[in-house]
Order: sequence, then structure tokens, then C-alpha cells
Amino acid sequence: MVSQVLQKPAELPISARLAKNVRRHILERVIEFILMLAALSAVATTISIVVILLYESYTFFEHVSLFDFLTDTEWTPLFENAHYGILPLVSGTLTTSAIALAVAIPLGTIGAIYLSEFASHRTREIVKPILELLVGVPTVVFGYFALLFVTPLLQKIFPELPGFNMLGPGIVMGIMIIPYISSMAEDAMRAVPMSMREGSYAMGATRFQTAIRVVTPAAISGIIAAYILGISRAVGETMVVALAAGQQPNLTFNPMESAATITAYIVQVAMGDLPHGSIGYQSIFAAGLVLMLMTLTFNIIGHLTRKRFREVY
Amino acid sequence: MVTTTSPVKAESRDLNFYYNGGHKALKGITMPLYEKRITALIGPSGCGKSTFLRCFNRMHDLYPGNKYDGQIVMHPDNTNILDNGVDPIEVRMRISMVFQKPNPFPKSIYENVAYGLRVRGERSKRVVDDKVEEALKGAALWDEVKNRLHDLAFNLSGGQQQRLCIARALATDPEIMLFDEPTSALDPIATANIEELMSELRNKLTILVVTHNMQQAARVSDYTAYMYLGELIEYDDTDRIFTNPSRKETEDYITGKFG
Repeated sequence: MVSQVLQKPAELPISARLAKNVRRHILERVIEFILMLAALSAVATTISIVVILLYESYTFFEHVSLFDFLTDTEWTPLFENAHYGILPLVSGTLTTSAIALAVAIPLGTIGAIYLSEFASHRTREIVKPILELLVGVPTVVFGYFALLFVTPLLQKIFPELPGFNMLGPGIVMGIMIIPYISSMAEDAMRAVPMSMREGSYAMGATRFQTAIRVVTPAAISGIIAAYILGISRAVGETMVVALAAGQQPNLTFNPMESAATITAYIVQVAMGDLPHGSIGYQSIFAAGLVLMLMTLTFNIIGHLTRKRFREVY
Repeated sequence: MVTTTSPVKAESRDLNFYYNGGHKALKGITMPLYEKRITALIGPSGCGKSTFLRCFNRMHDLYPGNKYDGQIVMHPDNTNILDNGVDPIEVRMRISMVFQKPNPFPKSIYENVAYGLRVRGERSKRVVDDKVEEALKGAALWDEVKNRLHDLAFNLSGGQQQRLCIARALATDPEIMLFDEPTSALDPIATANIEELMSELRNKLTILVVTHNMQQAARVSDYTAYMYLGELIEYDDTDRIFTNPSRKETEDYITGKFG
């Protein structure tokens, strides 16, 4: 056997034509840094919001016990005899959101199925932009619409309905959310490959059967994402409920009563003349924290459900 | 290969087809499909063989602007299934199809096979159970999946998915089965399985298969049609097409001088 002695090759000088281009290198780094700053600005904003909410809430919870906050059934921070129970605001938020979703999820889903599976190309090109125009209507307009049109209309059916109630704004909020849900759900359904639809039609299925039994399950993760977005919109919506649901915190799930939501309360205080640093003022940060935790919970639930249903095709 | 003559199950008569925009993709195709025989369609890409196959279950109806001109007569009804008065859904109830790429639905293995029965409104669990088992056995997939019928179909391998699609198509007892390049997305072993399966299915139903693979046509089919640029160049017994074609173009294609 011949053994070869391994020799390390001698270092070679670098030719000028192959040497690192310093200018290009630095420029690339600068661009990377600028891009990173842009990306970080969103993250930084989110983090600072959370930090401020936590910090200001901390001062609030130095005066009010967490137990009272979570169990007291009255929310009267601005009264002489102040109570700080968040439940009435949570009930108002959940009730109006539930009404909104009861309107938006069925109508939005049906709209998406129609646009994706039934409408002709022409119809879709006309209807979809109109639907998306609804997104551009300022929410304050929807608020007046709820207060001055929908509630009076509902009072013709339910004469005992008060001028401020949760039903009217809930319905209007639902109408407002429909385009979000239908547009996103439609995108998800259209992304389902044509070969899957053909498979269904080839088995003798009708359009409706194909839409319900094949396309919808195939797009379910995107459809759920659309619902989650709708829920977050409803929970966080401010103007409509502040204008039309009333400003009185009221622990009730009855849509025929008036109640304040978390967002409506925050608006009321932030716009009012409470001095900074007073407990009443601090209370909006605690309320804001609860609101954020609620949307966060919905987002996490949505994320998990989506993962559970994710389909690969 | 062909021992006895068999009745004609379906035949196209002077069939022309126009895609949306007016492109004429089929030009005067006339040929029979014999009952319980396998007919293969061969030809270079774009020759219209898939277009022709998809006329048989009116798949072109799904896209606006397509136009048929001519007849596909199905027996024993002696009816032109391209007629406006014919419901394409009824046609598809009797003529099923297996696609180029396996396209299972986002459902369990069981529900994939049961799909055709559910669409037809079958409610009896016993009937569905029996049919699903029979179809999976017919597609040589039963032994591999009988213990996980309720797993998602996407978890199967490509070859298994294609056999699942065959089981799905079989579960409704179709009279004719269309195969659109059923093995082009599969490895050689899975391909051999599908080819064997097709030979077995030949006892039960009439098969029309589009294939890119000439050896496949030679191996599995009884009759072969060679198409080129939307025209039927030659149709004959598979043996004759591959040993002694009467047209020069056919010979050039099968010997690899062209295509």
C-alpha cells in the first residue's frame, strides 16, 4: 500500500478581480438594517402598548383588588360609592359581539359560498368590490345607522325596546363585519384546487353538494381564520356600540336592554374630564388590558383550531 | 388479446369540440367503446385525447363557453349524452372518472369512498358499509386500510390515494370508467398496481384510458386509438396498432420517430 502524505495547500494571494467588494457589502448591510427597523416598528409598538397597559393597570390594581375586579357585579368608578367589577362591561361586550357574529357568520359564509362557487366571473367582479366598499364606510356612520334607523325599525316589532339597546348595534356590527368574513372566506375557498371540485362533479355531485361537502371542508382553516378576524373586530368595535348601545354598565346578557361595552367605557372616560392619575382614569387601562386578553384568547383559539383542521393538498 | 367480439357500449359519431374562444380541439372523431374492454387513447401532448375523454362525462360543461358538436351515443339507451336535454349529472352517475393526479377529498378514507353514495342520498349505514368495503376490495386497497378507515385520506401514499380514487369511482357501480393518465404521477410499482387493477376491472366495466405511456397502452388495452392534432388517425386492435399499423403516422409515433 502506498500511503500518501497529505499536504496542506499553500495559501494563495487573492486576485483583485475576485476580492470582496466592500462598497456593495456595506450597502447591503445598510439596506438590511433599514428593512429590519421597518419590521421592528410594528413589533415595538405592540410591545410598548402591552407594557403601558400592564404598567398603568398595576397602579390601578394597587387600589382595587383583583378579586373585586373580577367578581364585583357593578362598575361605577365615576360614582361617589365606586365599584370596580369588570363583569358588566364584559357581558355587554360579549352580548353585542355574539349578536354581531350571529348575523355575520351565516351571512358572510353564505356570501362566500355564493361568490366562490355559484356566481359567474362577471357577477363576482361586480359584487365583490361593492361588498368590500362596505369596509370603507366609517364606523361612526354605522353607529348612527344603528341608533337612528335600525333601533326605530326594531321598535316597530318590539315596542318595549329602549332607544339604547344591544340588539340594534349588534345587528349593525354584524352587517359591518360581513364583508371581512365573506371576502376572506371566499379567498380561502377559491384557493381550493379545481381538481378537487372536478373530482366531486365527476362523482355526479351538484354544485351545492360540491360547495358544502368538498370545497368548504377543504377551505375550513381559512374560513375559521375569517371568523376569528370577525370576532376580533366585533369585540374591539367601539363607535357603533358607544353610540347606540348606551353608556350604562349593566350586568345582563339580554339584548333588549342597554349596556356599555369595554370599548364604550374607554371612550367615555378618555373623552371625559377625569384628571390623569385618578383611579377612575387608571381604570380604563385595566379595562383595556381585559379587552386585549379577550382578543388574544380568541386569536389563540382560532390559531389552534386552524392547526387542527389544516389540510394539505 | 381480443378473443370474442363484444357489443358496443358507447360510440362517438363525428364529434367536434370547441373550447371557449373557438379553438377546435376535436375534429370529427368517430370511434366505438366496446363493452368490458379497455380502449386506450395515445398521442403526443395537445392532441386532444384528454379533451375527448372528458366529453364522455360532460366535464367540459363546468367551464363556460365550451361547445360540443356531434354525438356520443351510449348503449343500451341509444341516447346522445351530449344532447342538451340530457342531464350531465345523470351521465356522471353512470360514467365515472379517475384523474391524472390523485384528488382525494379532505375527508376520511371511508367518507371518500362513500361520497358517491352520499351524493345519491344513500342513508342506510349497512348499505354504505358494504359498498365501501366492496369498492376498496375492488381497488385492491382494503387490506392496507381496513384498520384505519377513519384516517384522513391525505395520509395515504400517492399510489394508495390513486387506488382510493378508483375505489371512490367504483363504489357507485358505474358502467364506464374514464382514466385520464392515471399513473403519470406515480412511481413504477404503484403504476404496476394500477395497471393490474385495470385489467381486473375489465371484467366488470368498460374502460377508456388516456395514456402518455405507449408501453402502458400495449400492456393493458384491447383497442388503441392514435390521435394527432385533434384528429383520430387510426383506431384498431391494440395488437395490430403496435405490430402492424396501417398508417405511417401511427408507425412513426409508436416507433419513437416522432412525438
